[in-house]
Amino acid sequence: MFVSIRFCQLPVIFLRAIKDIFPLQNPFVYMTSFRRNTSRIVKNCLFSAAFLLGLLVTNTVTAQDGKTLFNTNCASCHQVHKNSTGPALAGVEGRWESKEKLYSWIRNSAAFLKTGDAYANKLYLEYNKTAMNQFPNLKDEEIDAILKYVASVPAPGAAVPGAAAAGAPAEEDNSLLFGILSLILAVVALILLQVNANLKKLADTREGHDPEVPVPFFRNKRYLAFLAVAFFVFGGYQVSKSAMGSGRSQDYQPVQPIYYSHKVHAGINQINCQYCHTGAYQGKQATIPSLNVCMNCHLAINEYKGEKMFTEDGEEVNGTQEIEKLYKYAGFEPGKPWDPSKAKPIEWVRIHNLPDHVYFNHAQHVKAGQVACQTCHGEIQKMGEVKQQNDLSMGWCINCHRETKVQFKDNGFYSIYEKYHQDLKSGKMDSTKGVTVESIGGTECQKCHY
Amino acid sequence: MEQKKYWQSFGEKNQSAAYNQDVKDEFKEELPFVEDESKGFLETAAPRRDFLKYVGFSTAAAAVAASCEMPIKKAIPFANKPEDIVPGIANYYATTYVQDGDVVSVVAKVRDGRPIKIEGNDLSPVTKGGTSARVQASVLDLYDTARLRFPTIDGKEVTFEAADKAVAAAITGNVVVLSSTITSPTSKEVIAQFLAKYPGSKHVTYDAVSYSALIEANAATNGVAAIPDYHFENAKAIVSLGADFLGTWLSPVAFSKQYATGKKINEKNPTMSKHIHFESVPSLTGSNADEKYLHRPSELGAIAAALLSAVNGGGVTGINDAKLKAGIQNAAKALLENKGAALVVAGSNDVNVQIIVNAINNAVGAGGSTINWAARNNTRAGVDANFVQLVKDMNAGSVGTLILVGANPAYTSYDAAGFTAGLAKVKTTVSFATKADETAVLCKFVLPDHHYLESWGDAEAISGNVSFIQPTIYPLFKTRQWQDSLLKWSGNASDYLAFLKTSWSAKLGGVEGWDKALQDGVLATTAPAFSAGSFSSAAVANAVTAATSTKKGGAIELVLYEKVGIGAGQGASNPWLQELPDPVTRATWDNYVIVSPALARTLLKIDLNNGGQADAYEVNPPKPVVKVTVGGKTIELPALIIPGTHPETIGIAVGYGRSENIGKAANGVGKNAFGLASLQGGNISFSNTSVEIVATGEKYPVALTQTHSRYDTEQGNRTEVMKELTLAEYKHHPTEIREERAHELKGQISGGEKLSNEEVLQKFEGAGTLYPVYDRPGIKWGMSVDLNACTGCGACVVACNAENNVSVVGKPEVLRGHEMHWLRIDRYYSGDMDNPNVVFQPLMCQHCDNAPCENVCPVAATNHSSEGLNQMTYNRCIGTRYCANNCPYKVRRFNWADYTGADSFGDNQTGHVNDVVLNMNDDLTRMVLNPDVTVRSRGVIEKCSFCVQRLQEGKLKAKKDSRPLEDTDVKVACQQACPTEAITFGNANSKHSAITKVRLDNPNRSFYVLEQLHVLPGVTYLAKVRNTEAKHEGAKHEGAKHEEKKA
Repeated sequence: MFVSIRFCQLPVIFLRAIKDIFPLQNPFVYMTSFRRNTSRIVKNCLFSAAFLLGLLVTNTVTAQDGKTLFNTNCASCHQVHKNSTGPALAGVEGRWESKEKLYSWIRNSAAFLKTGDAYANKLYLEYNKTAMNQFPNLKDEEIDAILKYVASVPAPGAAVPGAAAAGAPAEEDNSLLFGILSLILAVVALILLQVNANLKKLADTREGHDPEVPVPFFRNKRYLAFLAVAFFVFGGYQVSKSAMGSGRSQDYQPVQPIYYSHKVHAGINQINCQYCHTGAYQGKQATIPSLNVCMNCHLAINEYKGEKMFTEDGEEVNGTQEIEKLYKYAGFEPGKPWDPSKAKPIEWVRIHNLPDHVYFNHAQHVKAGQVACQTCHGEIQKMGEVKQQNDLSMGWCINCHRETKVQFKDNGFYSIYEKYHQDLKSGKMDSTKGVTVESIGGTECQKCHY
Repeated sequence: MEQKKYWQSFGEKNQSAAYNQDVKDEFKEELPFVEDESKGFLETAAPRRDFLKYVGFSTAAAAVAASCEMPIKKAIPFANKPEDIVPGIANYYATTYVQDGDVVSVVAKVRDGRPIKIEGNDLSPVTKGGTSARVQASVLDLYDTARLRFPTIDGKEVTFEAADKAVAAAITGNVVVLSSTITSPTSKEVIAQFLAKYPGSKHVTYDAVSYSALIEANAATNGVAAIPDYHFENAKAIVSLGADFLGTWLSPVAFSKQYATGKKINEKNPTMSKHIHFESVPSLTGSNADEKYLHRPSELGAIAAALLSAVNGGGVTGINDAKLKAGIQNAAKALLENKGAALVVAGSNDVNVQIIVNAINNAVGAGGSTINWAARNNTRAGVDANFVQLVKDMNAGSVGTLILVGANPAYTSYDAAGFTAGLAKVKTTVSFATKADETAVLCKFVLPDHHYLESWGDAEAISGNVSFIQPTIYPLFKTRQWQDSLLKWSGNASDYLAFLKTSWSAKLGGVEGWDKALQDGVLATTAPAFSAGSFSSAAVANAVTAATSTKKGGAIELVLYEKVGIGAGQGASNPWLQELPDPVTRATWDNYVIVSPALARTLLKIDLNNGGQADAYEVNPPKPVVKVTVGGKTIELPALIIPGTHPETIGIAVGYGRSENIGKAANGVGKNAFGLASLQGGNISFSNTSVEIVATGEKYPVALTQTHSRYDTEQGNRTEVMKELTLAEYKHHPTEIREERAHELKGQISGGEKLSNEEVLQKFEGAGTLYPVYDRPGIKWGMSVDLNACTGCGACVVACNAENNVSVVGKPEVLRGHEMHWLRIDRYYSGDMDNPNVVFQPLMCQHCDNAPCENVCPVAATNHSSEGLNQMTYNRCIGTRYCANNCPYKVRRFNWADYTGADSFGDNQTGHVNDVVLNMNDDLTRMVLNPDVTVRSRGVIEKCSFCVQRLQEGKLKAKKDSRPLEDTDVKVACQQACPTEAITFGNANSKHSAITKVRLDNPNRSFYVLEQLHVLPGVTYLAKVRNTEAKHEGAKHEGAKHEEKKA
């Protein structure tokens, strides 16, 4: 298990390069024209985007508002199919006598408890007298929308329609085939050369010329020239590729102080990314949640009962033990009240690093640009341990800026681009291509370097 | 219009050989690739190719070595995130800059828990968002490595508990609290409580630069022993007798703001205030005056008396000098024409002069209009007599305990020796100094105070206008507010915060009121009606007799003055302020003797009209050293020749020659001139009427920036750079500057001669070039600088330093022309060498739309953005410096050394840069860096970016709110710092933005610097209009020729 990345692992680079050689990117072109390097990264982007779209479509048809409301109001304590801080919400309507009671419970649980309702009081005791938050501003329709959404969420294990179809089909790897083919051709060529040489030698002897003294191949100038050229091309490619790769850390997947699974939290339990990464909407950093955010839920959730988790090396992870590690950092002993001032911060290993001369702002992308987290971070909701999905190179950034459309019509900021609005209307500008980040100056130096 | 010639330097005035060579060369020094053939290979400096080989090899080696292993970086979140802190987003806290008596309401920008930038507080009715260079630089003082880090007794570290006990036991005899002016009402209460505990104790206020005569005069004529509230904004005629009210006098920030309202003009209905200035040594305020007259310091009393006489209809009496006489007549005329909207101020510390000034103000109806006697300016309260008495008492042994708050008399006193001797006789000495300054090192107990950014407090600069101080960072060291100490020692159980909170909560109707006031930073009270005060003329006659009977001084007289950045020495340890070129002399890192060109001829044998002699003086940094003798005290300093100095007067700045304890930046810089002041008529006088001055024959280098970043102009008279006219000329012929521009541009367009002026201006962008005119959809950033409002104070320069991590390079590097300021303020002279007109022009990257620097970069590290920014990409720059060479404005700066320590190789700067620069890279000092701006490394060019980080932030803010960009979203650092709102910035594409409005409203004054080059700058300047006596010649621009008129 390695914690830091070692770029001296030449064999790895070598193998990866062999695999990459078929899309045949010229590393020198890479620096100057990013357009040509669209192959894999873009494909990945497209696949993940397609996957996300698939997910969204399946959920949104029924209750889009409900989902948003659920995520903003309920998701911090409730899950649909599992008990957490509060009970699982699936089938909640059936558990309550009347909808009215449910409404008033949601709006002001403390007041409702005082009415002496049997079910409410039972629930209250069942959850260690944890009072439910009050939502006096939720309207009946909004609560209905939440309930509708809750009903629409399939139980885990049930197939999510469409998701499988949208999943990325395995990329066909033809390199082996090409390799064998090239080898055969090379052997044939060699044999033909040998035959040619022998025939020439025969002809010369027959015509009475002195046969040329055969030059051994290692002194043959043609061979040497060919080898030298091949060496420089291949070596140059490798050197520049690894030089460019230095400082980048794609696939970096360090061991963290706590085995924190995004798969469990964001994937299975559907916790909204911004519940923990609050900064993503507000500013430069997405921010790693502080312990009090973790403890919001983990005050109640003290054991892991979900499906088995494995590290990248295949070792099984004991989820409950990991939660205990959290408690240790938090200075919390189950059963006793928690004193947040005792908490010590967790020293996570930072995965996504940008050089100091790059300015990156999460809010710009997530809030203004409405870019999904997965576009850059990969399918984070499927990752046990987080790994850096993309190389975070400048070419990768620029490619995306070239193709991504800005929220041109939806965001009032862009109303000042009157000319583009007119061009779009008059058809002078391709409305399917839209206004990309590049067309409003998003590939200029001082958008990221200052 | 008279054909003016502007000049920055004497070489330029004379068009000397050295000047002409200099403007051709980009860099001041020879390029270093000189090979000496006679030497062996090993002895030669590395030839270029070898150098490149080594570079290539070492880069490759370093790349291999550095890239093998990536360091593990940690991401450590808060254990419990405070609700109002989002990492990466700045919080702004209203607080107050307090330095001795100076008070400016500010807003501190706090990033991730540390204050990194000070901005003006717009809510303040006094300063209205203005700042000064010293306010801007104050954030660096917070991270000063020379700050005291713990309390000491006899130099040994103790805890505060131990110190409290020891002090309580040691307080003995008569207790005296000696402080600089305290503007805080609660602090005054704290002192009062303390004094009440110790009977026989008293509080003495002492100001380094005293306003004691003003206070005495006010007591004599108006029965008010204080300074009234001045209102320059109501004045249509301002006469200043040597009061540098825009630079250093009383409350320069507030006064600048007020002054500029009278100086900004509406093109359609041009009116402006008239400012007449009398001075002996050029000051910032004098440089901005409409009319400026020179006099000897000893003549000031006579001038004041003559002005009083003239204002009262008695004519100018007792003045022989014709120019001066005319000046006084003009001043009297202006004052009388604007009765009820006139103001006279004097910087003198002579009671008689101040009494006469009060009489003049009374005569011209200043009371109730430009002087509000109902309110007080509390920023200076020291009375010299009290301090003199205290020193006497100390020497007599009748003071048992001396507690020092802010005051530093061992350095600033005219009689430092007397004070130090007295201090030795005081049994218990306590200092609350933040640094081991000259007085603190002599004290037994030193309990360091917080920096203001760590403190709680309040300040009432103008009575009724309270500004609050709240901490913006947890105290960095083991320091404590002095108020806490005094409260403890007076037996009060509550700490100062509780005291402050209780006091204000009671006045403001509970904690909510206090919280609101703290959030706003200021308490907006309804201003009381102006009061004219009650004037008694009883003292005037005597004062006139005394003032006019002042003896004429000796051959040479001396004026001691404060510099805008350094003040009375408070700024001396701040590298930003030391490196800020003085607005008038353009010198950094030193004080010096200012002499006039006439005195230079006789004393230094330098005739500035002689090209060769001027060059010898100007081109070489070493300047002749002179020895000044004043009443037995001598001081040796280099001499600088500054036009606009009275021929028989020399000037020396105070605030230099400080102890090395207060910081590396102050160490060995300049000499202390406070000792040259003297006690005259009971007040400390900063002028001396008889001094001796001789040239020692030695030389001493002075880092003058005036001759750096020179650029030549085609006409050789710089009218393409600087445009100026008089109000009378403007009224007579408003379109003069437009016509002049059209005339300059005509030749650049084919067939331009046939076009009308307006057509030329319109067609210039398209017709002046082969290239297409580019679209600027969305945003086009633009800036406008109003030269009428700009006073040249330098606040913008320091603000730019702070915002953009501009590095300090130290004196040796400034001497080589390596200073890094992105924004410089050029000083231009025009007219008479002895008393020229001065104009200041802030010059930053002009963000040309057709930028010459962009075309020559071999790696496209500088290029143009669609928003009109000339972008500089440091990580792409390879340091060819072609761009700097091709920049017509010389605003690009090259990192000759690794000033910022940005390089990953440690110790690589040692030996290349001096201690000050190394100290700037201390981990503590680096906390001031703006995390949104790249710290540049050696070998790259940098320049003004229009604060692109702020532009991006402002745009994002608008995007997040889904609305178009507004002016309030984006304010660049220089614009924000400006106390006179001379700089306007915004989206020039928007119809509603301030920049569009300024350009539309001022078509006749707008011009671009070097417009005829067709570089299409993004910065408009509004021509300077001077309200001088009408001298318009009615010259018309017919045909191609300017008419030459003699001055």
